[in-house]
Amino acid sequence: MASRRSVRRAIVGIVAVALCATVLYPSSSMAAGTVDVGVLQSLTGTMAISEVTVKNATLLAIDQINAKGGVLGKQIVPIVEDGASDPSMFAQKAQKLIEQDKVATVFGGWTSASRKAMLPVFERFHGLLWYPVQFEGNECSPDIMYSGAQPNQQILPALQWAEQKGYKSIFLLGSDYVFPRTANLILKKHIVHDGGTVAGEEYVPLGGSDFSAVINKIKVAKPQIIFNTLNGDSNVSFFKQMAAAGLPSAKLPVMSFSIAEQEAKAIGPSLLEGSYAAWNYFQSLPDPVNKKFVAAYQAKYPGSPVDDPMAHGYLDVYAWAAAVTKAGSFDPEKVRKAATSLAYSDVGLGETKFAGNQSLVQTGYVGELQPSGQFKILWQSKGPILPVPYDPLSFPGKTCVL
Amino acid sequence: MSETTLVAGQLFNGISVASILLLAALGLALSFGLMRVINMAHGEMLMMGGYLTYLSIAVFGKGAGFAVGLVVAFVGTALFGALLEITLIRRLYGRPLDTLLATWGVSLILQQAARSIFGPIGVEVTAPPWLSGTLSLGGTVMTGFSIPGVRAFIIVLAAVVLGAVALIIARTRLGLLIRAVHENRPIADALGANTRLVDLAVFALGTGVAGLAGSALSLIAPVTPTVGQSYIVYAFLVVIVGGLGSLTGTLVAALLIGVFSATAQIATSQSFSDVLLLLCVIIFMQFRPRGIVSQGSRALEET
Repeated sequence: MASRRSVRRAIVGIVAVALCATVLYPSSSMAAGTVDVGVLQSLTGTMAISEVTVKNATLLAIDQINAKGGVLGKQIVPIVEDGASDPSMFAQKAQKLIEQDKVATVFGGWTSASRKAMLPVFERFHGLLWYPVQFEGNECSPDIMYSGAQPNQQILPALQWAEQKGYKSIFLLGSDYVFPRTANLILKKHIVHDGGTVAGEEYVPLGGSDFSAVINKIKVAKPQIIFNTLNGDSNVSFFKQMAAAGLPSAKLPVMSFSIAEQEAKAIGPSLLEGSYAAWNYFQSLPDPVNKKFVAAYQAKYPGSPVDDPMAHGYLDVYAWAAAVTKAGSFDPEKVRKAATSLAYSDVGLGETKFAGNQSLVQTGYVGELQPSGQFKILWQSKGPILPVPYDPLSFPGKTCVL
Repeated sequence: MSETTLVAGQLFNGISVASILLLAALGLALSFGLMRVINMAHGEMLMMGGYLTYLSIAVFGKGAGFAVGLVVAFVGTALFGALLEITLIRRLYGRPLDTLLATWGVSLILQQAARSIFGPIGVEVTAPPWLSGTLSLGGTVMTGFSIPGVRAFIIVLAAVVLGAVALIIARTRLGLLIRAVHENRPIADALGANTRLVDLAVFALGTGVAGLAGSALSLIAPVTPTVGQSYIVYAFLVVIVGGLGSLTGTLVAALLIGVFSATAQIATSQSFSDVLLLLCVIIFMQFRPRGIVSQGSRALEET
């Protein structure tokens, strides 16, 4: 009998707790004064090194907007999910956010593999994804806002800089997935078109940690500069092993497309000193709005540097909020239409806007890494560059019409 | 550098990769090979070694810190391994699937612990000044055949650790007991060998060696909460191809796999050389399912 009584007592207890919970904590999507948004980045795995900080910057923007009264009078409630550096996990979590949590929009993604995995989910459910990282282009979806650079805004400006500096022979090294492969396809077309030579092209599996063979092949090829599209922790192994082989960046320059201030800090600025990076934002940009953003971030996360994808992740939230306000609705269809008709000046990217193809208009910069872990800006493109998703040399005849 | 030095360089790289594989696999060769404990947390022992080295460098500075780190990593992870054996592994002997699941849980806990303590971003470990040189044979760094100091150090360390473990097993009283228990546990037990203590010693030695390996590998690879995951598959591969319970087999397998993937990479990419390697391993295991050096012990027949 005693056991039956305790079972009954337990059931009553559970019901009571559940009732209290519904009364005290109504599920956030049901509350009148809030709107849920998804924040989907890798908090674990090989990409966590980069993506955690983008999540932080996104949350900072949400906090700031909430402090100013939210959007359309509603407080923004972020639902943070972990993509775990696994594209299929990104697709799963994106579906969960849209279907189950019914979020108004999703901010997230870093690797192109994760974006490609999420794309069909957003197209099926007509959600809206804000993607903050530079990528290889060759994609054009109405359900994604691309605030990261297109190839013609980051990779090609870097090539232009290298050619101006007289680097003719270029070695292409990348992680083995869609971004490096496509970026290098575009680079090869342009290098050959401009009269330079591709000294070699090598790929290492994402997360790969042995570069002995690659370094040997680099020595055989004798390039003047390496264009590096490695992602995540592999960069640590690559630069450690280059230094060990007697080839620090000072001896053989490396131009990296996925190393910003955050990665520099993780890899160790001493290993990277003198290497180059191409981005559309550096923490060191002398812009008062940027200084304010950096100060706000560092007040929340002391000692943490700020970088390009973070600035884009931060901008995305402000752009979304402005577009929602203009559209007077959270409907993704109306929001994306409104987003391309506005200009933004909320972060240090200067006055910027989304072009009709839903990619951001932005300036290209080349920086050199200093021992402090900050980049010294060496070069910038002549004004903001219009985004071109389909490089005409590599993908002739393809255009992006939304 | 010409094509011939590329081949010479790749042969050296093969030995270098083999030494890394050997270091990563030696601890596993002890716990898995001798005790049949499928330790899924082996990679995290390597990771722990890396973080202990980082802490030692933070305390003792760049020069001496790394040398201290090697010792601290060995002792620290061996102690942790002993604790793990007493609290968990000991209770699961003879239940390989339970051990696999339990140690996988330990692996997840350790990864999360590292993430909570040190953050998801890796910590910085760079080679000490006395190891950051390069030995060039003929020509400059770019044109000649050169041996990075760090890689030479890892090769020497792997050889020393292998030698020490082999000596312990072949020449000491503990080694005698280990061999006796490995060959026939009930008889060794009946003859008065303290099998519990032997198990504890083997497991602690195995994790200690893994920690030492993690310390050395932090010179050429990142130190992050998930770094162990990139070694664990290769470690199991080396132990299984080599043959359970045989250190010679482990050494030969590490050399074969290292030199194979390095020479394959002269002609192809790393991704494809991995494909070729795994294909060859699958074919090889069809003909020699017990690995390169198969031992006819009772333990094998039981499992």
